[in-house]
Amino acid sequence: MNAETKLGKREFRSVGTRPVRPDGVDKVTGRARYGADFDMPGQLVARVLRSPHAHATIKKIDTSAAEKLPGVKAVITSKDLPDLTDGDEELGAILENCMARKKAYYDGHAVAAVAAVDAKTARAAIKLIKVDYTVHKHVTDVDRAADPKAPLVMKGCITQGIDPAPKKASNIAKQSEFGHGDVGKGFKKADHIVERNFRTEQTHQGYIEPHACVASISPDGTGEMWVCTQGHFVFRQQCAALLGLDMAKLRVTSSEIGGGFGGKTHLWLEPVAMALSRKANLPVKLVMTRDEVFRASGPTSATSIDIKIGITNDGTITAGEATLRYASGPWPGSWALLGAMTAFACYDLENVKTTGQEILVNRPKTTAYRAPSAPMAAFAVESVLDELAGKIDMDPVQLRIKNAASEGTRSSYGPVYGPIGIGPTLEAAASHPHMKAKLKKNQGRGMACGFWFNFGGQSCTNLNIDIDGSVTLTVGTIDVGGARASLSLVVAEELGIDYEQVKTIVGDTSTLGYNEMTDGSRGTFASSMSAIMSARQVIDIMRARAADMWGIPPEDVEWQDGHAHASGKSKKNLPPLSIADIASRAAKTGGPIAGHTELNADGAGVSFATHICDVEVDPETGLTRVIRYTVIQDAGKAVHPTYVEGQFQGGATQGIGWALNEEYIYGEDGRLQNPGFLDYRIPVCSDLPMIDTQILEIPNPNHPYGIRGVGETSIVPPLAAIGNAVSNAVGVRMTHIPMSPPRILDALENAEQEG
Amino acid sequence: MLYESPNTLPEAVNLLAKAKGNAYVLAGGSDLLVRMKGGYIEPDLVVDIKRIKSMSTIKKTPEGFVIGGAVSCANIGEHTALRKAWPGVVEAANLIGSDQIQGRCTIVGNLCNASPAADSVPALIAAGATALIEGPRGEREVAVEKIAKAPGVTTLKKGEIVAAIQLPAKQRRSADAYLRFTPRTEMDIAVVSAAVHLTLGAKSVIEDARVSLGAVAAKALLVKPAAKAIIGTTLDDEALQKLSAACAAACSPINDKRGTVAFRTKVAQVLARRAALLAYERAGGKK
Repeated sequence: MNAETKLGKREFRSVGTRPVRPDGVDKVTGRARYGADFDMPGQLVARVLRSPHAHATIKKIDTSAAEKLPGVKAVITSKDLPDLTDGDEELGAILENCMARKKAYYDGHAVAAVAAVDAKTARAAIKLIKVDYTVHKHVTDVDRAADPKAPLVMKGCITQGIDPAPKKASNIAKQSEFGHGDVGKGFKKADHIVERNFRTEQTHQGYIEPHACVASISPDGTGEMWVCTQGHFVFRQQCAALLGLDMAKLRVTSSEIGGGFGGKTHLWLEPVAMALSRKANLPVKLVMTRDEVFRASGPTSATSIDIKIGITNDGTITAGEATLRYASGPWPGSWALLGAMTAFACYDLENVKTTGQEILVNRPKTTAYRAPSAPMAAFAVESVLDELAGKIDMDPVQLRIKNAASEGTRSSYGPVYGPIGIGPTLEAAASHPHMKAKLKKNQGRGMACGFWFNFGGQSCTNLNIDIDGSVTLTVGTIDVGGARASLSLVVAEELGIDYEQVKTIVGDTSTLGYNEMTDGSRGTFASSMSAIMSARQVIDIMRARAADMWGIPPEDVEWQDGHAHASGKSKKNLPPLSIADIASRAAKTGGPIAGHTELNADGAGVSFATHICDVEVDPETGLTRVIRYTVIQDAGKAVHPTYVEGQFQGGATQGIGWALNEEYIYGEDGRLQNPGFLDYRIPVCSDLPMIDTQILEIPNPNHPYGIRGVGETSIVPPLAAIGNAVSNAVGVRMTHIPMSPPRILDALENAEQEG
Repeated sequence: MLYESPNTLPEAVNLLAKAKGNAYVLAGGSDLLVRMKGGYIEPDLVVDIKRIKSMSTIKKTPEGFVIGGAVSCANIGEHTALRKAWPGVVEAANLIGSDQIQGRCTIVGNLCNASPAADSVPALIAAGATALIEGPRGEREVAVEKIAKAPGVTTLKKGEIVAAIQLPAKQRRSADAYLRFTPRTEMDIAVVSAAVHLTLGAKSVIEDARVSLGAVAAKALLVKPAAKAIIGTTLDDEALQKLSAACAAACSPINDKRGTVAFRTKVAQVLARRAALLAYERAGGKK
């Protein structure tokens, strides 16, 4: 951190304002180019043949008829994507998921692909491919898969992370444990214990833009790809490895992105397009249909969580314990691990233990979805805390304040916290007018907290001063949620100029050093740190150039309000020089002026939020409407408050959809029943109230401006907040997400019968 | 695939009658184009009826209303007299899709798509609407409940087009209502729906009634026992209970991704009761 920055007291000139985003006009007029908006000369159109079976051995694929169809330029199977992964588990799973090898592991698993002169020919060719399958028993439900008698998804799968290793194969691929203290002792001290099972169904990120790419692989071993992605450097690295190309010879350009939420951190179709292009020796465009997006791009896990929490009569949590089963698709991930790490992270606990189990199922390969795995764990923990608050007749906010983690708390997953925002978000919730608003009949209020880690990582930026004095910032981290606007503000702030003078662009993989992808809420945090350093470099260069122009020592030049000022002994009557003044003379003072930074952005700082929600439930139909919703979250420093609020509202909205209606529905045949937006119900505008936001700014001491990532935490509390609100409205504890109308009516009927 | 957009109804009928392979009528296209894009159907011929002027108007006649087959639901919603006479039908038509879809979709398309969950169909059935059919053998008139045979299948013969929907003139002290259940507020499809049309006599006693349920069977149902349960009553609790029971007895839904048998059966009763009360109030009924 720069010593001259005083966090929390600094007066900002640009940061904290709300200008129009630089990509806005192109996006609303349709000029912006997304994944499917790019074409190359001679380009072919690709289509993918997918398995209709949830679990089947591929005995034989006959592509001869398809190959003979006029207009077909290439047909590929897994044979055209030889395994170059050398035992790398992650890459191996990506390869096998992109194109099934010996077995198809889920309904929608790619088994062959075609590139042809047009879509009609490609579709016709797909129908001519004959696949001979042997169908096996399948399992799609997380609890059924965890049963020792379940059909094995992966033959010979021995649970990793248990010592000694089990001898019998199962669908429990990995186990991980976190915690400290002695939960047994803790439960003995408890006056009240609640123990329950919670389930959440599988949801998709639901981004509006389907996956799309155009790939061109030349016989000389060079290649280009245009793709909709959250991380083109990662895509380049992985595609190069899978195709056996030198990374330097593959240039990947990212398109505008119509939503990602984690789903575009992963390769689904890009290696297929590249293999087709290599075989056909022509550029290939591959765009998923919505049906394919649902069936074959990564949703988040379905979960089943056993949880037990004990408290004393004065509201102190004595112990928390959870076993979290997360379905990961056919290959193990780290999803249960993240659930096990985040579950109790909001609280200061003496005794805590969590066990995460990655469960293999015959469903699509799970990938990240906005604060991956945390919302489901929070649903279980925050629901039980509400129930316990009820048992000791304590206000649920006060119960949480009493147990909240603070600076110096050892977190449930290990590290000791620095300055954090959970306490302040809770205090803000306690005094928020929403908490005191009156409720009507059939209405209920719920609140819940959420935690997310936030990442930093490798970042590299260029900052060019153009000869007219305008400024270009080139970043290698994709702009998913308004980062270009925020980064332009940061550069304007640092240089002391107007936002309009700065243009931020996303460079391709050949223009910058390696940048990690936009995930872990790292985009604005890491890129801004790098951009600030680049700007400071540029200021030093411009001071030197001004000194040269004036013929005074560089240390006598100060940078203020976007101008070089002569100071000290040299002050005289020299008028200040603007960036344009200095830039116009650059050719004569040493050439172009540019700053460049590469860094590892450490110290992202963890993030917390508290949400409050009111719902109204129709007791005769089970229909739930969210009537009021408030998000309170720590942003460190909100660079562009409108986009921070947008992130808060977006996370809450996705959480509302997840909590009430969204779910993957599988038939007995193992096929996905609702691969479309008609029956996979994300909320529409009219389903939502205006989502109120309150930004707290508890500066991150590890960032020059105090910035924390804000993109993900907002999806963590909603399942629990809405769960608590519905439970309070109907008087029955809801334990199964989504709380769809039939599930609510069932819960009411069951409660009446038990009654 | 051949695309035709004739200017007259006889031309359209002729094209369809002579078509070889799969021929489809295109009105708004909000069902047809989706099915084509999804690869569920591959038409050999598409006949667009939007250029046929006689099919694009709403006429008010002494007998009631004639709504052309190509009239968009948005236009139905903008027709003041229609809205006043048949609020349930208009509301049902306006529930289809979203604002954008409203500008394209038609009630005839909704009817001929033959989905048991079609929003406008139960309302039309309750209203006693008839379909005016034009075909190679001339014109015929059929009650709307006779158009759908099974999901996606109609009783229309080759070459036949539903040229218009006819609604009777509004009777004094009568009104209709349509309610559907969807988890979302729009862009959704009815999990279950109910329409009720009532005519009141002296002392607010129900003289005549028609009750229709959607999405609880292979096609939208006209539930005569449900109407019988409330005729001669002032919609007291006992009548409402009988209405519920009759509706429950008529339901033969399926378990699917949109709802369970138990849920549909239960909510059908709730909606029928609520629709009856709403229609009763609209008709000026006083208990």
